[in-house]
Amino acid sequence: MMVNSADTGLPGALADATERALAEAEIRLPPDVLAALRRAAAAERDEIARCELANILENIALAEEREVPICQDTGVPVVYLTLPPDIPYTHSLIEGVREGVRRATATIPLRPNVVDPLTRKNTGDNTGVGMPAVHVTPGDRLTITVLPKGAGSENASRIGMLLPSQAADIPKFVAETMLIAGGRPCPPVILGVGIGGTFDGVAALAKEALLLPVDTMDDYEQELCDATNALGIGPMGLGGDTTALAVKVKRADCHTASLPVAVNVQCWACRRATVEVER
Amino acid sequence: MIDLTTPLGDEVLDLRAGDRVTLSGTIYTARDEAHLRMIAEGIPFDPKGAVVYHCGPVVQGGRLVVAGPTTSARMNTLTGFLIDAGVRALIGKGGMGAGVVEQLRGRAVYLALTGGCAALAAARMDLKGVYFEDLGMAEAVWVIEADHLPLTVGIDAHGGDLFCAVREKAKTQFYQRFNI
Repeated sequence: MMVNSADTGLPGALADATERALAEAEIRLPPDVLAALRRAAAAERDEIARCELANILENIALAEEREVPICQDTGVPVVYLTLPPDIPYTHSLIEGVREGVRRATATIPLRPNVVDPLTRKNTGDNTGVGMPAVHVTPGDRLTITVLPKGAGSENASRIGMLLPSQAADIPKFVAETMLIAGGRPCPPVILGVGIGGTFDGVAALAKEALLLPVDTMDDYEQELCDATNALGIGPMGLGGDTTALAVKVKRADCHTASLPVAVNVQCWACRRATVEVER
Repeated sequence: MIDLTTPLGDEVLDLRAGDRVTLSGTIYTARDEAHLRMIAEGIPFDPKGAVVYHCGPVVQGGRLVVAGPTTSARMNTLTGFLIDAGVRALIGKGGMGAGVVEQLRGRAVYLALTGGCAALAAARMDLKGVYFEDLGMAEAVWVIEADHLPLTVGIDAHGGDLFCAVREKAKTQFYQRFNI
């Protein structure tokens, strides 16, 4: 999808792109996630789990038909921008993103989810201090990717500062995350796993891993996925073969004395969409 | 498939964890803030045979846009007074704690609605009214008429808890796989 910046200028175009990306992400699941759900539904052997997966697939079809969000927890927007070399990263650009979030909240509509962390006072428009989180990387084109993140699955996420000798324990740490979480994060989940980097960086890696396509896994990702599915937690924690649809891993190098590992849990509604700003 | 209609009575005592049911009739949404308000000020609806739905819907122009279940465990310590007052069923996702399993015993059940299925739920619901609207969209008590909501009995009135059984099995699998 594209929006044009000729009439509105860059911040205005970015606001349009943000609103459009959020609408797309909230209403329609990406094809790779949908394919993974269909595959899981076809393979599932547990009767209750099959009913749960059928409800999920019917819900996805209904959301698209009625043009409403897939889930009432429309999440908080996590935003990834790629900026080409000639576009500086400025406050007005960020304000464009924030304006897009405010508009999307009114037009889609989204549930206002952003509150003060201590008083719990709601800002009413899904923006606030540090919200939305905006991550910027250099690129060839100006694009915005949104990943609306619900709280049920976010709350089940974990970081572990493992010892360098504990690399073999990573599958255990990943499976343990779902053992603790059970049905709370709305399985079947997608697990974004960050390995390496720093304490803060590994969490960012885990979240970025959720942007990767879920229809392929390498051998290591498959091993982590198998260890998770062996738990038998199943859709919604009611039991079954399908606890994780996929595990995706992103790595960074790290300190010789550290092994940071993060698991960002994502419910089955792995909502994401990318819009390019045409110039 | 067993069809239930509100107000509920002793028929809930016949249900067993793992049964598939549908539910029709009036249900009341309540999340954390609504529970706290009801504990302080009283229950604004007739609780006898009533159904409480753990849900913070998206409402626009007097219409339910989407209305899926929220995580029930947050209400673990806030639920007893509802069961004491005669509430016969809770609807939510993810199950509830051992304390609630005991509170339900001989009186009420916990029904699981597929998490995230907010469009599916709204397609089977009509908005009828609201209490405590000052708590905001997500936390208010919305009065909803439901039509054949598809549910699974997660916790029955005899101590049967499907979530707990699945969790125990998962623990065994985990310990075996990682030699703990």
